[in-house]
Amino acid sequence: MPKILQALGMAKCIGCYSCMLACARYNYRSYSPKHSAMQVKTQGGIQGRFVADICRACVDAPCVRACPADALVQRRGGGALLVKEKCIGCEQCVPACPVQVVYWDGIQRTPIVCRHCGLCVVYCPHGCLEMAVTS
Amino acid sequence: MLHENYLKVLYIDLSAQKVRVARREDLYPYLGGAGAATVLLSETIDYSKGVFDPGQPIVFAIGPLSTIFPAVTKAVAMFRSPLTGNLGESHAGGRIALAMRYAGYDALVITGRAAQPVYLYIDSNEVRFKPAQTLWGLGAEETGRLLRDIEPGRGHRSIMRIGPAGENLVRYANVNIETYRHFGRLGLGAAFGAKMLKGIYISGDADVAIRNFPEYNRVYVQVYKRVTETSLMEKYHDLGTPENVLPLNALGALPTRNFQEGQFEAAEAISGEAFAQNDLMRKLSCSGCPIGCIHIALLRHQFGKGYEFESSFVGYDYELIYALGAFLSIGGRAEILHLIHRLDDQGLDAIATGVTLGWATEAMQKGLISSKELGAKLAFGEVEGYLRAIDVIATGRSELARALAEGAQAAAGRYGGREFAAFLGGNAAAGYHTGYANLLGQMIGARHSHLDNAGYAIDQKAGELSDEEIVQGLIREEEERCVLTSLCICLFARKVYDRPTIRTALKSIGIAVTDGDLDRLGQDIYRLKVRIKKRCGFDYSSLRAPGRLLETPSMRGALTAERLDGLVRLFNRELEKIEAPGGAA
Repeated sequence: MPKILQALGMAKCIGCYSCMLACARYNYRSYSPKHSAMQVKTQGGIQGRFVADICRACVDAPCVRACPADALVQRRGGGALLVKEKCIGCEQCVPACPVQVVYWDGIQRTPIVCRHCGLCVVYCPHGCLEMAVTS
Repeated sequence: MLHENYLKVLYIDLSAQKVRVARREDLYPYLGGAGAATVLLSETIDYSKGVFDPGQPIVFAIGPLSTIFPAVTKAVAMFRSPLTGNLGESHAGGRIALAMRYAGYDALVITGRAAQPVYLYIDSNEVRFKPAQTLWGLGAEETGRLLRDIEPGRGHRSIMRIGPAGENLVRYANVNIETYRHFGRLGLGAAFGAKMLKGIYISGDADVAIRNFPEYNRVYVQVYKRVTETSLMEKYHDLGTPENVLPLNALGALPTRNFQEGQFEAAEAISGEAFAQNDLMRKLSCSGCPIGCIHIALLRHQFGKGYEFESSFVGYDYELIYALGAFLSIGGRAEILHLIHRLDDQGLDAIATGVTLGWATEAMQKGLISSKELGAKLAFGEVEGYLRAIDVIATGRSELARALAEGAQAAAGRYGGREFAAFLGGNAAAGYHTGYANLLGQMIGARHSHLDNAGYAIDQKAGELSDEEIVQGLIREEEERCVLTSLCICLFARKVYDRPTIRTALKSIGIAVTDGDLDRLGQDIYRLKVRIKKRCGFDYSSLRAPGRLLETPSMRGALTAERLDGLVRLFNRELEKIEAPGGAA
């Protein structure tokens, strides 16, 4: 079964954003961490803790169900994959996500959805993220 | 701007509440950061007016590599320094570079003075002047919390703010950024206060597409590996800068009790190792740096009987441990953290405050000033008096407090005791008593900081150093650092970013430079900084160190005024060559 992204070690996070930079760089050819499918943020400012908003890899994904153009297809192991050329830019997938981690790329007019590729994990220097198989 | 041949500058006039954007192709050869900011300062500074005149500018700038390469995280601030009266330059990390980049600005130039307290809101679509009367008087911590709550923001946010010390124009007031980082040392906080500017909120919500992915990614990965997989930056993550406490103490280079000694008997207790083992709670990074050098300690304080505790999270670094620990003979870690926490919230610079309190303690011992005048009783090792003095200075509650708010050097000019006011070139001495290169370096450096030219590192080289080696070493290092800081590379990463790395990184985003170009850039910026300082009235030829800093033996033994005078003369001869028309160093 393909693995999915998990963020179980966020208590170790130093907030370097290398994960987001990797996702934006490899998957979206963007310099900006805003353009990443996983978002690290602080809760209660920098004195609070870092948390990661990640795709929870639904097995029957609401974002997939919400897509009227079949541009999002169910990924094996959980989550969704985007078929860019089918996307009509309706944005219905964004509000459909129960944990609000489908972001919108205003320039490309396509959703930013996690592919569970694991590149963010590779670039985390503190072991906060991992790829795992869930039952 | 990335992939463009200009720098985008946002001009903000606080008096008229108007803004203007300029695309400056002429600034492009300066890359950004310190280079661009020096030029922008030189264009807008008013040499004929005082430091708090509304017309004086505050400039912020980032560089072409900012946040898109590891450890390139700093923003440079330039202003007319309320502390020295001449060139003010401070660098800070946190999220400011990320926020500025994706708000879409390479530089900000702020002039004027608001009629009522304001804070600025900046994102990629708008700039707003927002009322801050309600925030005026609040500490840096609460101000940050409120701005975070008031402005939800869509992008990565950076929140600059001042505490009461900046509002009350304490000449070494800081600008706090992201709670644990600061634009420190030269009084940017007071420059904000004079403009009735409580804070700046920047939200980076735009996006920039990568042009040449294969090349950029190849260089990014190469640099990322140098940062995370080699030992080049390891010490900054491990114990952090406090790892210097024990080695410097062993060398006799840890200024203690207002520079009366070079060793502190309680150095073990306040060492980086002791902090890490007992108090370290977590480490943090600036956005885009995988190092995590920001060390945060847990300060647990019992405020009542029956196990009543309060807790605070306090950032600590070597310079703070020096200035508020050894320098004031405070040998307890909790006491040092308490002092840091208090002065952070008031918005005071730690080094200048510690050095000024060290002078005040001795001045009080000698009867030059009284505890009644100050409203606080100062004695080496007594934390309570220092905590009170921090509040008194930040809020300017007495005439003596207002004198101390101008720094030890100015206060000594009035009350006596100049010879033991540990200021160099108008700025508080940093925590290295290594020898002549350190003293001269801080006296002649553009911001009178050990970071300008790292004289302490020259002193630590093996063997005897000639005057020529010291002077040449300082000038060359300062010029090279003008290049690094124009790129906004964190100086902790200076070994990662050697010239080949800088060139390939720039090339990967479409900027072709040669080493010769970079050499000339460093020299040009250095020369321009010197010119600004001189036009502000700074006199390089009459520089002296206070007697105390010569008498107390350094790591290289006792120092003489004669040799230091000779070094100052030699430096001035070199400066003449640098300043001569067409003259390169």
